[in-house]
Amino acid sequence: MANHHAHAVLPDEPEKATLEGKNKVLGFWLFLGGETVLFGSLFATFIALRDQANGGPTSQALFDMNLVAVATLLLLTSSMTSVMATLALHRKDLKKIQLWLTITVILGLGFLALEIYEFVHYVHEGLKMSTSAFSSAFYTLVGFHGAHVAFGICWITLLQLSATKKGLTVVTAPKFYLACLYWHFIDVVWVFIFTVVYLMGMIGGKVG
Amino acid sequence: MSAHASHAPNRSGLWDYLTTVDHKKIAILYLIAGGIFFLAGGLEALLIRLQLMYPEIEFVGAKTFNELITMHGTTMIFLAVMPIIFALMNAIVPLQIGARDVAFPFVNALGFWLFFFGGVLLNTSWFLGGAPDAGWTSYTTLALNQYSGRGVDFYVLGLQIAGLGTLIGGINFLVTIINMRAPGMTFMRMPMFTWASFITSGLILFAFPAITVGLVLLMFDRLFGGNFFNPDAGGNVVIWEHLFWIFGHPEVYILILPAFGIISEVVSTFSRKRLFGYSSMVFATALIGFLGFMVWAHHMFTTGLGAIANTLFGLATMLIAVPTGIKIFNWLLTMWGGQIRFPTANLFAVGFIPTFTIGGMTGVMLAVPPADYQYHDSYFVVAHFHYVIVGGLVFGLFSGLYYWWPKMFGKMLNETIGKWNFWTFFIGFHLTFFPQHFLGLMGMPRRVFTYLKDQNLDMGNFISTIGAFGMTIGTILFMINVVVAAKSSKRAPADPWDGRSLEWAIPSPPPEYNFVQTPLVRGLDALWVEKMAGNKGMTPAEPIGDIHMPSPSFLPFLMSLGLFVAGYGFIYHNYVVVVIGILATLACMFTRSVKDDPGYHIHEDELEEKGVKA
Ligand code: HEM
Ligand SMILES: [Cu+2]
Repeated sequence: MANHHAHAVLPDEPEKATLEGKNKVLGFWLFLGGETVLFGSLFATFIALRDQANGGPTSQALFDMNLVAVATLLLLTSSMTSVMATLALHRKDLKKIQLWLTITVILGLGFLALEIYEFVHYVHEGLKMSTSAFSSAFYTLVGFHGAHVAFGICWITLLQLSATKKGLTVVTAPKFYLACLYWHFIDVVWVFIFTVVYLMGMIGGKVG
Repeated sequence: MSAHASHAPNRSGLWDYLTTVDHKKIAILYLIAGGIFFLAGGLEALLIRLQLMYPEIEFVGAKTFNELITMHGTTMIFLAVMPIIFALMNAIVPLQIGARDVAFPFVNALGFWLFFFGGVLLNTSWFLGGAPDAGWTSYTTLALNQYSGRGVDFYVLGLQIAGLGTLIGGINFLVTIINMRAPGMTFMRMPMFTWASFITSGLILFAFPAITVGLVLLMFDRLFGGNFFNPDAGGNVVIWEHLFWIFGHPEVYILILPAFGIISEVVSTFSRKRLFGYSSMVFATALIGFLGFMVWAHHMFTTGLGAIANTLFGLATMLIAVPTGIKIFNWLLTMWGGQIRFPTANLFAVGFIPTFTIGGMTGVMLAVPPADYQYHDSYFVVAHFHYVIVGGLVFGLFSGLYYWWPKMFGKMLNETIGKWNFWTFFIGFHLTFFPQHFLGLMGMPRRVFTYLKDQNLDMGNFISTIGAFGMTIGTILFMINVVVAAKSSKRAPADPWDGRSLEWAIPSPPPEYNFVQTPLVRGLDALWVEKMAGNKGMTPAEPIGDIHMPSPSFLPFLMSLGLFVAGYGFIYHNYVVVVIGILATLACMFTRSVKDDPGYHIHEDELEEKGVKA
């Protein structure tokens, strides 16, 4: 039974239709729990070091909120489009999934381009990894998130390519579902980065 | 059917083990690799003790001594006892919950190979210019470039790779236990070892990311000019201490909870009684897991966090003694009035109880902040953690190995050698570590390579070294026992100990699909329930049919190899090598995600035995 993956009628919630699918979804949620601790530790480190500019540029001197606002807009919109993809998944509409994911990837690429531009700009302004404890913490936290975005873009693209051949099945459905979940997660992390790194960085001064 | 092969791919020997995704074979891999690292760590320990046998000698010298203590601690914790725990978890947990497999067989193999290559990377440092020498805790700034050599780069990268393996292993067990239990196996019917593995996996999930981050930061400082821990550029060394201990304290519970689980199984089997206070045991395990995350700063009392922080962390630490005490009383009450037998497995379990209790008591002493100012960084701490880790965990592991060896390998370990193994190890252990309490109280600091004559430290150190030889003999006896068992032609029965839980319901060693028919669980101690009802074996929960198995794969090995290569690239600042290694790993990941694994089927008529047998 489980071996004849029914191409004809896909069950409801196809991502959880098989035990493999259920395992994947649960395992991925747990993985995100671990990622939360990971980013939490990075945030804690950043907060402890954010005022340690060591004579180098401070966040107040550097940050350009217009750029960050555009980047945020792109990423949050991509979060919405990935939700649209999940909804399409529940309607078992592969065409729509592909469409929404393509938009998600394009928005993600836009975000990434802005971030790279931002980093290059800061380096020109004299903020290198080795400048200060603040710079190390900044590049590590924001860069870690950026790496997650880059990984997500590759992952989703690859999934889209292979799904054009395989179609939507109980094997591919969990993969789409997880990719969307992942994308959502890194967007949520960005909301925290936006607040803790950029908004608080503009205000400056000590926290607590 | 088309996409599915209907026969097991024919693989044998080494190739079989390099590609296996069978949790029982992965268990054996973990056991062998963990065992080898255990011997390496043991050899390091012996050299440490020889250097300290007499005052003011130059047996290995200060530099090597620092490398030895660092590698000893690191190897034992990350590369020896953790993998042996994973070996037992892999071998037993799926059987105890009546599952055919783990949730993610491929990930399971990947976890093993990551651990293995991480460990190898770390240990090659001995031959490539010197091992890490900043202590297993690798405190900054000592661990930065100015004060320690390239060895610390090996520490950072080796542990990172091995740690990833542990993390995905933890997720795998969580999902397996939540989703793959046999019908009727409710949470409150799970054997204690499975419960302990479950909570331990949860701790792994939330503790390991902290050290992942710590290692990344240390790596950036050492390799890319980061300033996290460099006070001259605004860095803060206490961040490392926090990250290390936010991981490190839960880690000691990651180690001890599975040992608690083993002791619970062994004591109840060999008392022929159900575990006393089962639900309070479950509750205590969960509570210890939770409190484990609240107390990390007791390793940092002397760092200067302030009186309030110290008081709160001290109190929280002492609280852990409550659920731990519950466990100890429950074990005693399980034995009380039972028909006790003392094969080696139970000797180790019974030896565990007082030994671990002493370790817990010194722990409570250490948890008093003002007193800790005296004990901290002295041999008293060394005595404490060896009482809990060796007297607790290693005794537990020996107990578990004697208990489950027949299940894992289909051969019984020899009882006579086993008893010698126990007594030499037990006596050697106490000789080694009991005097260290007093050495510490008399002011002997930890991590110094020698001490002066006539400070009243000579005798204690001498006895301690003699004890280390006792433990060595015990370990050698165990290895002899393994060889004797392997050579013997007698096959172990399915249920040699008159066991109570599901793993004893199937042949030893189990067939690759574990259960011919998924069993129906009708109570705590599932097999015992059936035995008491006069049944020959478990009641099946499904008809006999074809069994679907995952295919073996070489990708986990290759993926880990890629990271291993990239690790050297980082250490030697050769970024071409880094890129090659990481691309290789990514390529394997992509191959895996694009190619679906249809697995294969074992046909009904190929199954070895019909029905679920006792
Ligand atoms: C009632 C239970 C326990 C209490 C109250 C306790 C308390 C403590 C305290 C306060 C310290 C810090 C001492 C110092 O550095 O000054 C310590 C160190 C340590 N404990 Fe425990 N402990 C307990 C159980 C355990 C267990 C179960 C394990 C391992 C299985 C363990 C392993 C360690 C290790 C490895 C260290 C030393 C870390 C290092 O500095 O290298 N402890 N313990
Ligand atoms: Cu601790």
